[in-house]
Amino acid sequence: MLEIEGLSVEVEGKGIVHDISVNVDIGETLVLFGPNGSGKTTLLMAIMGFPRYRVTKGRIVFKGQDITHLPVDERARMGIGILFQRPPVVRGVKMREMVRACLGEREDGYVIDEMAQRLNLVDLLDREVNYGFSGGEVKRSELLQLMAQSPEFILLDEPDSGVDLVNISLVGEMINELLQEDRMRSRTKSGLIITHTGHILDYVNADRACVLLYGGIWCRGNPRQILSSIKTHGYEGCAVCQK
Amino acid sequence: MPEVARSKAARERAERAREKAASLGDDIDLDAYSKVAKEHPYQDDPSRLPLETKERMLETGVILDDSSQRSGTFLQVDHSVIHSKAGQEGLEVMSSQEALEKHPWLSDYWWRAVAVDADKFTAQAELHQTHGYFIRALPGVKAIQPIQACLYLAQHGLAQNVHNLIIAEEGSELHIITGCATAPIEQEGLHIGISEFYVKKGAKLTFTMIHNWAPKMAVRPRSGIIIEEGGVFLSNYMCLKPVRTLQMYPTAQCLGEDALVRFNSVLVAAPGTLMDVGSRAILAARGSRAEVVSRAITTGGTIIARGHLVGQVAPVKGHLECRGLILSEEGRIHAIPELEGLVEGVDLSHEAAVGKIAEEEIEYLMARGLSRDQAIAAIVRGFLSVDIEGLPPQLEAELQRAVDLSEKELL
Repeated sequence: MLEIEGLSVEVEGKGIVHDISVNVDIGETLVLFGPNGSGKTTLLMAIMGFPRYRVTKGRIVFKGQDITHLPVDERARMGIGILFQRPPVVRGVKMREMVRACLGEREDGYVIDEMAQRLNLVDLLDREVNYGFSGGEVKRSELLQLMAQSPEFILLDEPDSGVDLVNISLVGEMINELLQEDRMRSRTKSGLIITHTGHILDYVNADRACVLLYGGIWCRGNPRQILSSIKTHGYEGCAVCQK
Repeated sequence: MPEVARSKAARERAERAREKAASLGDDIDLDAYSKVAKEHPYQDDPSRLPLETKERMLETGVILDDSSQRSGTFLQVDHSVIHSKAGQEGLEVMSSQEALEKHPWLSDYWWRAVAVDADKFTAQAELHQTHGYFIRALPGVKAIQPIQACLYLAQHGLAQNVHNLIIAEEGSELHIITGCATAPIEQEGLHIGISEFYVKKGAKLTFTMIHNWAPKMAVRPRSGIIIEEGGVFLSNYMCLKPVRTLQMYPTAQCLGEDALVRFNSVLVAAPGTLMDVGSRAILAARGSRAEVVSRAITTGGTIIARGHLVGQVAPVKGHLECRGLILSEEGRIHAIPELEGLVEGVDLSHEAAVGKIAEEEIEYLMARGLSRDQAIAAIVRGFLSVDIEGLPPQLEAELQRAVDLSEKELL
């Protein structure tokens, strides 16, 4: 579904991601581990197409189409969605309007309330987007928007950061639902999760994992094995490990 | 004017202030405008007004085709009152001149909330006043529907000098929607509007004013509000259409304990527009509170957005919020929030932010599938939609309609 071929990305003239190649198949969830500053978020932002993250080499192919130079909104309309780690506050725009915009032509007021109820967000529907939200509320608000958007490919930027224990299982449950992880077969949704701590893997199933270090893919393998190794040896252990 | 209600002293003070420039705003040559207007006939049934006039009025929230939606209507075109009617027992709606004749005691309220010699505009209103409206709710009376008033300028080059008086007697509740507009877009003229509001003990007055002027109009409203114990005054002001020059600084005095005032204003300045608009609250009684919220958008014009809170006693609480959005390379927004505490224990705060729409916000919305233009429109629409607590749904709908109308032109 998503093919990244020899991708290099720079931010404000500084190279952050170097020559990365990675694929995610239909119905597959890939988890990307990496310490702070390794380039995880830069990779995600480049896949989504934010202009600040400039692709200097390589290409991004989604559903067989080269999207390397498509604007963000076109990528979203093609079926890519993103859960932001620290989304901006959008003063004046109410959550309900935002969710309605995500629903697009599938707009249905009843659905909004129903989804909000499941995420415990009914009270936030008439608040301005992300204004004064707690860490858990931000994540649940992001998930509500993604549920409304219903993308085929979901980029999840540190879905476990800043979320307390009460919220994390709900967040995990919703991610599983978005990624159809509850289905045994015929999954059509795919995901790329980036995580620093790996906590989210206690709640979300992932099929494959990579470790990103110094802007490049360091190793690939089974998510639980890699996480176990990171827990034991830290990312320092990864750094000395054979690439 | 009935001389009985007129104070000789006020006239003398006005005479002395005839040449007194206003402390704010650009100067205006009053002699450049005519003081004489042709008479317009009285209309028993305002729905019979020309369609174009009704549409202009409707854009300011004044509905003439369905009287059931309003508890009273006052219409003035140039110097003529063309309709005035109260539609509910316990409410009075009439020309302020007629009111002064009917209630000689009103002279006690005349020029009490606004100084007659504040500047040459107040002076001109005293010396050359032609009507304006008088709206009053008797004690304990609650207006079922909003009362509407429209001050309309039809004659080219005219100075319209009105003096409005609004009284919400003890325990009453009034919702007023005022629309000010001009006939054709090329209209040139001057509107001077004195408005004095009296919110008595335990009364609630909601005042929604939509200005819909023309690019060559000069506008100088002068408003004062006196709020007694437990009284509530909520003001919502919108000026979304071009105007050459607009300067106003309504001042509310909370004189009774636990009085509350809220000013919300939404301003849009097109190229060629100069707006100097502020709201001031003087918290002079214990427990009084004030909130001033302004939203300013420039598409090429200049907006000076002021706010001034004065805490004279303690405890009092006040908050100022001014946000400005620059949608053009040419525009300018100058926010001037002022806080003045005169005693220990006042709680006054402000926040102000002026800038372009953050790229990050546009991209965030784009990541949800909105096009760039849709994202900008959503942010601008949200910016203009001020949440107004305590506003009846009908008035909320009028404000939203004004925003919707201007949105297309804005983007």
